Amino acid sequence: MNKLNNEMKLEFLSKSSNEAFARITVAAFAAQLDPTIEELADIKTAVSEAVTNAIIHGYEEKKGVVKIRGQIIGEELIIEIADNGKGIEDIEMAKQPLYTTKPNLERSGMGFTIMESFMDEVEIESILGIGTKVTMKKKIKSHTEEDEENLQFTPSC
Amino acid sequence: MESKYYNEDKLLIIKLTEEIDECTVQKIRRKADYEIERNMPRKVIFDFDSVTFMDSAGIGLIIGRYRIANMLGATVEIANINDSIKKVLELSGILKIIKIIETEAKAG
Ligand SMILES: Nc1ncnc2c1ncn2[C@@H]1O[C@H](COP(=O)(O)OP(=O)(O)OP(=O)(O)O)[C@@H](O)[C@H]1O
Ligand SMILES: [Mg+2]
Repeated sequence: MNKLNNEMKLEFLSKSSNEAFARITVAAFAAQLDPTIEELADIKTAVSEAVTNAIIHGYEEKKGVVKIRGQIIGEELIIEIADNGKGIEDIEMAKQPLYTTKPNLERSGMGFTIMESFMDEVEIESILGIGTKVTMKKKIKSHTEEDEENLQFTPSC
Repeated sequence: MESKYYNEDKLLIIKLTEEIDECTVQKIRRKADYEIERNMPRKVIFDFDSVTFMDSAGIGLIIGRYRIANMLGATVEIANINDSIKKVLELSGILKIIKIIETEAKAG
């Protein structure tokens, strides 16, 4: 049980033109779990939020690398999105709906709220001056028991 | 983004044609504000019919345009949103102040 079925890593420069690339790549990876269209949309949106945060809050104007690690364990998708940017001072505060440190740029402060409601679990680790890592998990439930067993032990192609 | 102004109805339809995220939102914002300020409509409709993706950048976009339109005496409505965009907008609470409608692709 809970054996690792698959894993991927992705690194790219902190440019917002990479956001679409990042969410589409993660969605393509997640597709192995045979998610519904709604589940895929949820995953894409959550990834877009975390990647945008890494780029605009973590690195601000500076150039940096955003790292994504994706894992599939059983029927669960685990996505880590990390930056080596400025870090979050108060994580509890940052998670509050409508809380933003950049209101002048028309930010709505809904990023973490979206991640938390679209994924099953969201964990935020951050150290000032070192960086931030967001880990999100989502169970993709659309399989029958039988499918699930096949998924554990045989590749899907 | 494309837009069309119907002078007789004082209606500005802004048809969004791209995925909406941090990368695309800046250009949309600039163009939408230009059209609103140039035409001084009484109503602005954002048509999402061909938008397949939107994250929180879209919330900021709509609230920002709502503020500007409101200041200039116009109302704002959102048309033809798909389920995942609706989910994002619902979370933000802006559906309490902005109406969702379905249209016959008038801007099309
Ligand atoms: N990777 C990060 N590095 C540094 N600070 C971050 C990071 N992610 C989030 N934050 C901080 O947490 C706050 C809340 O983030 P959240 O995504 O909820 O809202 P936002 O990005 O400000 O607005 P929105 O996502 O709605 O456009 C941000 O304003 C920022 O101060
Ligand atoms: Mg954000």
